[in-house]
Amino acid sequence: MNGILTILIGSIFVNNFAMSRFYGICPFLGVSKKLETAFGMGMAVTFVMAVASLVAYLVNTFLLIPFDLEYLQTIAFILVIAVLVQIVEMAIKKMSPSLYQALGVYLPLITTNCAVLGVAQLNVTEGYGLIYSVVNGVASALGYTLAICLFAGIRERLEVGGLPKWMEGFTGAMIAAGLMAVAFNGFGGLI
Amino acid sequence: MKELRRIFVNGILDENPTFRMVLGMCPTLAITTAVSNGIGMGLAVTFVLVFSNLVISLLRKAIPDQIRIPAFIVVIATFVTIVQLVVKAFLPALDAALGVFIPLIVVNCIIFGRAEAFAFKNKPVPAMVDGLGMGVGFTLAITLISAVRELFGVGTLLGVRVMPEGYLPMDILIRPAGGFIVLGLLLALMNKLLPKKA
Repeated sequence: MNGILTILIGSIFVNNFAMSRFYGICPFLGVSKKLETAFGMGMAVTFVMAVASLVAYLVNTFLLIPFDLEYLQTIAFILVIAVLVQIVEMAIKKMSPSLYQALGVYLPLITTNCAVLGVAQLNVTEGYGLIYSVVNGVASALGYTLAICLFAGIRERLEVGGLPKWMEGFTGAMIAAGLMAVAFNGFGGLI
Repeated sequence: MKELRRIFVNGILDENPTFRMVLGMCPTLAITTAVSNGIGMGLAVTFVLVFSNLVISLLRKAIPDQIRIPAFIVVIATFVTIVQLVVKAFLPALDAALGVFIPLIVVNCIIFGRAEAFAFKNKPVPAMVDGLGMGVGFTLAITLISAVRELFGVGTLLGVRVMPEGYLPMDILIRPAGGFIVLGLLLALMNKLLPKKA
């Protein structure tokens, strides 16, 4: 129980995926112009990361390790993730067309979000078991969602803030993200 | 020949992946805490770029359009695995420093972007030159970022002390926040000095 709590706090705040580990920065910068889309992206990533942690663990434990194929980890994981994203896309399209509309473009993009592959690799490196892997996947994704939503809020304000021309767009956003990372740095002493 | 030179320079200047396209940000921010990391990551990405561009260009007529994305991923992942195993075997210190970011080259959008935008539509030789140009542009950019962070954050360059004895290192620059701030300031500087050709 204690271990799970440590992983939860560690992955959401201390080692926040976007703010401290630098996973998934491309969508973090790309999909954070509006709070609404940022939240949608966060939720989709959360779902994919939870399932990916589970499936990657199963593939690694029951396929790669018994057959001495650990060197295929990277290829196996990325294929699992690509297939998973495809299935999720089809399932959402069938079950909830309105959600599909809202997420639309961002769904296929999740394949190349390095947070997903990152969490699968991280679980293996840390030697997490089944439950810890899934908890870590969900917690990391929630931390990512928290960061991207906060960042989107800041960027909405920046839009009307009147930055000089050469600071507009990514440039100003990057500095804002840096200042946010300073704040997240403060969680460092929690665990 | 002239055309090849234009393709090569394009990756370094006009379409520099880091400063112009703002692609592949995860390794750019995460591992640029020391110049040696920057050079190592740059070379690894360049290798993968050149060879994945070559193979994808050779296979461009064999790969059907609908399944090109999984096909690209497998080609790229193969070369990343080669890099991963070579670095682990011969450069254990670099492997420890870059850690999980070596396997994560698979999802680096620079490589994916070049496969889709260039290699899939061009002949093998220009595709390799494009990969080399992009790789060199990326290497130069992240080496510059890591030089700034290492020089002011630690006071050294490639591990050698450069700043005078009394210099108090700005610790924040080698922390995560420093990555965002240094990159943001460098981007601002680029925009100010070399305005984009509209």
